[in-house]
Amino acid sequence: MVETPLLEVRDVWKAFGGVQAVAGVSLTLPRGEVRALIGPNGAGKTTLLNLLTGQLACDGGVVLFKRERISGLPPERIWRRGISRTFQVTATFASLTVLENVQVAILSHQGRSRDLFSRTGRLAREAALDFLKRVGLEDQAENVCASLSFGDLKRLELAIALANEPELLVLDEPTAGMAPQERMDLMALAVTIVRDRAVSVLFTEHDMDVVFAAAERIMVLHQGRVIAEGTPRAVRDDPQVQAIYLGGLG
Amino acid sequence: MLDVTDLDAYYGLSHILFGVCLRASRGEVVALLGRNGAGKSTTLKAIMGLVPPARGRVIFRGEDITGKAPHVVCRKGIGFVPEDRRIFPDLTVWENLEVGRSAEGNGERRWTAERAFELFPALKELARRRGDSLSGGEQQMLAIARTLMGNPDLLLLDEPSEGLAPLVVRVMAEHILGLKRAGITILLSEQNLQFATRVSDRAYILEKGRIQYEGGMAELCADAEVRRRYLMV
Amino acid sequence: MALLIVQLLTGLANAMFLFLVASGLSLIFGVTRIVNFAHGSFYMLAAYLASTLVTALPLGPSSFYAAVILAPLGVALLGGLIEVCLLRRIYRAPALYQLLLTFAVVLVIGDAVKFFWGTENRTGPSPPGLSGSVPILGQLFPTYDLAILLLGPLFALSLWAMLHRTRWGILIRAATSDREMVGALGVNQTWLFTGVFVLGTWLAGLAGALQMPRVALTTVMDSTVIVETFVVVVIGGMGSAFGALLGAVLIGVLQAFGILWLPREFHLAIVFILMAAVLILRPWGLLGRPEAETLPPGGAVGLGAGGRLRAPGWVWAGVLLMAVALPPLLPAYYVWVLVEILALALFAASLQLLVGTGGMLSFGHAAYFGLGAYGAALLMKRAALPMPAAFALAPLVAAAAALLFGAFCVRLSGVYFAMLTLAFAQIAFAIVHQWYDFTGGDNGILGVWPSASLATPVRYYTLALLAAAVGLGFLWRVTGSPFGYTLRAARDHPRRCQAIGVNLRAHRLLAFGVAGLCAGLGGAIFAFSKGSVFPDYLSMPMSVQSLVMVLIGGIHALAGASVGAAVYKLLDIVITKYTGYWQAVLGGVLACLVVAFPHGLVGFVQARWTRMRTSLG
Repeated sequence: MVETPLLEVRDVWKAFGGVQAVAGVSLTLPRGEVRALIGPNGAGKTTLLNLLTGQLACDGGVVLFKRERISGLPPERIWRRGISRTFQVTATFASLTVLENVQVAILSHQGRSRDLFSRTGRLAREAALDFLKRVGLEDQAENVCASLSFGDLKRLELAIALANEPELLVLDEPTAGMAPQERMDLMALAVTIVRDRAVSVLFTEHDMDVVFAAAERIMVLHQGRVIAEGTPRAVRDDPQVQAIYLGGLG
Repeated sequence: MLDVTDLDAYYGLSHILFGVCLRASRGEVVALLGRNGAGKSTTLKAIMGLVPPARGRVIFRGEDITGKAPHVVCRKGIGFVPEDRRIFPDLTVWENLEVGRSAEGNGERRWTAERAFELFPALKELARRRGDSLSGGEQQMLAIARTLMGNPDLLLLDEPSEGLAPLVVRVMAEHILGLKRAGITILLSEQNLQFATRVSDRAYILEKGRIQYEGGMAELCADAEVRRRYLMV
Repeated sequence: MALLIVQLLTGLANAMFLFLVASGLSLIFGVTRIVNFAHGSFYMLAAYLASTLVTALPLGPSSFYAAVILAPLGVALLGGLIEVCLLRRIYRAPALYQLLLTFAVVLVIGDAVKFFWGTENRTGPSPPGLSGSVPILGQLFPTYDLAILLLGPLFALSLWAMLHRTRWGILIRAATSDREMVGALGVNQTWLFTGVFVLGTWLAGLAGALQMPRVALTTVMDSTVIVETFVVVVIGGMGSAFGALLGAVLIGVLQAFGILWLPREFHLAIVFILMAAVLILRPWGLLGRPEAETLPPGGAVGLGAGGRLRAPGWVWAGVLLMAVALPPLLPAYYVWVLVEILALALFAASLQLLVGTGGMLSFGHAAYFGLGAYGAALLMKRAALPMPAAFALAPLVAAAAALLFGAFCVRLSGVYFAMLTLAFAQIAFAIVHQWYDFTGGDNGILGVWPSASLATPVRYYTLALLAAAVGLGFLWRVTGSPFGYTLRAARDHPRRCQAIGVNLRAHRLLAFGVAGLCAGLGGAIFAFSKGSVFPDYLSMPMSVQSLVMVLIGGIHALAGASVGAAVYKLLDIVITKYTGYWQAVLGGVLACLVVAFPHGLVGFVQARWTRMRTSLG
């Protein structure tokens, strides 16, 4: 018997003005797989991720998560189903401390974000520290987010994204803007964390070293369509991918 | 003509450029190659003053223009065509050109709308159309023509071939060679190696914010090892 | 039929003035992204200046026309000066500071007009050669209005030609859609901004000067016209000159016919109802474009040092001790001042929750303060409830209104959010102002006194202190609760916050309700301390006053709002003692604050404190 896929995307479309950003993408992602999504600028990678996590609404097509339809739901409800994400431009809460950033996310997961009377200080503190430990930020817990280095912000964002114990983690260029040596470390960390809990990962990334080191399978997007999918080796050797994405000397 | 040394630049907190050095001599077409996110656009924007450089120098015709306001850099003779073209959508093609027009500089080789239409005949028919009604290729031509109206001696082109159909890419290459013949120095960023090969004399390869390779375009094409390493071809 | 046509013509003539003012405001917003509150002040100034020039110029009958030409030029010059000296510093500042700085200019110009021309209403001279009326279909129609009707389209056409046929106009339109690119093409934005500001101010001045013979010149012309102008540009679309024309015609005609057909209660409210409807259906106006610029982190409010004031315990104990022990020793007058400070502290602190913690730039917070006051008065006078019951229930009236208005407002963001909160406040104001049978209209409601057992100053003060302690304690608790932190998270990064499962609208609406409740409590305290309620409590100056208090204290610290309220009230008392021009002084203070201490007094002290402590070890 074939295991039901965690995520199933069927023929999803999205246009902006006259530009067809995503043109009929389908994909299935099994539980526990780490998959990279690559493609040239403007291929529709970020748009596709935004369609999956509800930041954008599909023009057509369906997204199923654990067999239930999630396309059309707002981002906050998709998150509650167990899909979490990070953003291309680091997105954290700049005026809160590192610890509070994670606390807010955990409290939201516990359904306490409308609690008007409790004091936040002690709530979910241990759990938040635990997430920070996992990403190696426990020493920074009391620092205001705005004072963090870029690499640490990326780690913090990962901790925030883990707060709802997601089954699918969507990472949009998790290592963009980092110094080269930091990139491999961060992605290795992310992979270690998800391996422990069999979380599936879908990530976009421009750094091919990172992609080939982390991904089990790679999907290549071009002009809003999937032009190739397979193991890293198969994708690297695909002549069509080489022609379109990896240079086009021909 | 252009001499960039040790340029560092940040976008917000993220460190994009690490000590970039490059030069372009009069009349050359220089390509800046590299994958997405390598820092090509940021390099051009830092030269233009759109992203303030954190360190390093930009010397243009012997004058230090590091960190000057974009309009000042433009008036010194550097024109910039952004990756997303940034055509003014409410303005007609002719009006878009008018915004770029400069009364200064370059006496006998001054650009006018007529001269721009000679270079890009397709635009002439569209002169009264609104910017947002143009196709991608038309927008790219307009963006270049608009920048030419400022009579630049150095043109910075950010990914001129991106998003264009193969046929249009070929036309664009001809246009760039035409500009070179007109005596304009060009620094362009590209991901499309074939296109870059056709138009450029020299190339730099940028990876993760650092210049990794520098050489003539012909040598680069001949060097399969470099291509494989940095451009994955 | 004839009446209708004359009415239509009158409406169109009014529309022409609105168009001139609104197109100026819209051009300035389009290029500089500043919502210029002072725009109405330039209009007023030009009208007064023109009326003086008419008599001062030795040109006989033609001095009228000379004045109409010269006054706008003078005002435009002043506008240019203000842009160069003040506005230029804050183009990159958060919207809140920009709005407050232009409001400081409003205050200073307002007092300048009072200083030079007095507070008496003035009537401008009639225009030589155009006085009197002409018959149209048997109805008399003012000749001057007819001339305006003919001039109006001429102005509209010239403006169109300027924007489309001159290089400068093309640059203005280009800068409206992409300022940065215009700079990269070699255009010096600094002077473009100054030029546009001068042009916009000139248009406002022209409208004011031309209006001079038609209406009585009053010192409230500025706020009347700016509010109408906001409505026009918001309906038409901010930044679109033709939106301004469309909006002006709609409003002009609507007002002209509204007066004929609608019950009196709706006359003032009608334009705001139209504006609210447009904003709900098309949040960026009829001809505007959705804001493409992404707001910087912290949105319209800007991020400060983060609200982490840990004042030592003895400070709080001292304040509390003084609050309890001091009043019995004070003269009655000062006890009432303290009561007023308590009311204002609640008012400001509740706004701080919205603006500082929530990042929601509300320009209509006086609505909830005023409805709290009116709720108390009406529950006592109309529902015949005993005073304590009216006092306790009044905040619920305000909270209900806040939830109702908030439900629409939380769908928008940035400047449009601010405009919609303003629109709802103006609707509430207009209803209270004109529903004579129920609210007493502009006569207000008198005899709203505390019950006999609470009637001495100290006893009422004690009640006020208790109520304020409960209200401020509640706000403090909310700020530190999971909800408060979530609200801050939503302010810092809305998209990220949504992606951790937070329903932004629901949380913002809840914040609206809490803020409305506390502002209403402040209003109730205020009502019984004054013994009367007036529509002014809901007015725009009152809303701005609350923002000023929050800004004085610093928007990121809850304690700041109370400090701000106290400083504001005390400044008011002290300055009023020495000069009648308290508004001008306030404007000056405000301008300094915005330019020098953008984090407010408490923020400033906080930063110093932190620095001192870190340097000590």
